[in-house]
Amino acid sequence: MAQDKYAHPEVLADTSWADQHKEDPNVRIVEVDVDTKAYEDGHIPGAIGWNWQTQLSDSVRRDLVPKAELEKLLGESGIDDNTTILLYGDNNNWFAAWAFWQLKIYGHKDVRLINGGRKKWIAEGRSLTKDIPKIANKIYRAPSPDFSIRAYLQDILKAVDDGKKVALVDVRSGDEYTGKILSPPGLPETCQRGGHVPKAVNVPWGKNVNDDGTFKSVDELRSLYEPLGVRSDKDVVAYCRIGERSSLTWFALKYLLGYSKVKNYDGSWTEWGNLVNAPITRGERA
Amino acid sequence: MDRVGKLGECAYYSWRKSMNGITPKEYRERTEPAPPFKMHIVSYRLGDTFYCIVDNVDPGANIARAEAPTREEAESTAIAKAKERLEYSASRVQKT
Repeated sequence: MAQDKYAHPEVLADTSWADQHKEDPNVRIVEVDVDTKAYEDGHIPGAIGWNWQTQLSDSVRRDLVPKAELEKLLGESGIDDNTTILLYGDNNNWFAAWAFWQLKIYGHKDVRLINGGRKKWIAEGRSLTKDIPKIANKIYRAPSPDFSIRAYLQDILKAVDDGKKVALVDVRSGDEYTGKILSPPGLPETCQRGGHVPKAVNVPWGKNVNDDGTFKSVDELRSLYEPLGVRSDKDVVAYCRIGERSSLTWFALKYLLGYSKVKNYDGSWTEWGNLVNAPITRGERA
Repeated sequence: MDRVGKLGECAYYSWRKSMNGITPKEYRERTEPAPPFKMHIVSYRLGDTFYCIVDNVDPGANIARAEAPTREEAESTAIAKAKERLEYSASRVQKT
């Protein structure tokens, strides 16, 4: 199996494993979708749903969920330090990967993504329910957040000045990267200008996955990144529009390829594309 | 749950029923042009309801969804919403 060669195969669960463990009291399945109504249409039996906009974000500061609120959310989700959290969602796990990234910032030990996400679960005809499980609360205490896996604006400004040390990966579509469009087709524009951060290479997130939504093999992933200079000996920063697609690429680089110095820039194009006087490159594709 | 945190008989049967769930059937997916973009249309039946989700292929973001008693209704509603959103995006294409 391709999964056997991943640097950290333990962070992926396949759909059949998730199906077998959906009643496991040590496992909590959590759905996190882009479309926050998708959970209500039917979800994995026993799964709870987290709303990325209201439960995993500080929408006033445009920041991650604060520690105390995350602890409350996890406790109310019946999760303690020893629970295995299995995340999945729509859009090939975009926001499930974003939740994974946040849970790692807040130090949860055992978090996994269901490989293929909601799409694969449904395509395989696995059961869904609209019933919301009743859950006994637990107490959750998170350690201090580890922001070493998060990139900030100043990190990107430094990377632009010294592109040899830092590999920037723009994971948006080619048309977003070149500046032809300001947002994914059909979604709201969140920036004033189009283009990409100078020196960033373009590896759209979708190249990480197969048609069924599962991750590609190690060899296939390596062949996507290494020829573009995105190597394990470099500092790597992934970005997209708001940080969720780049969470998926961050996940692939860090846990599947084993890169140790990878960060997700969740400010992403929504921050960079609205800055005054920031350098932007348009109309080129690596 | 009873007072000691164990499921009582009624609660157990309710939980058991919810864990059984319903199997999605008649899963179908296809891609259609919506110049200058494309739409990826997924539909399936869950119980008596058909669900349709449309994404924009590249980058694959869901842009419309609908549910209805028939596949045709669910798809036509979701596709109409998706086309409206894509037409707006098409009007915003920039010169590079």
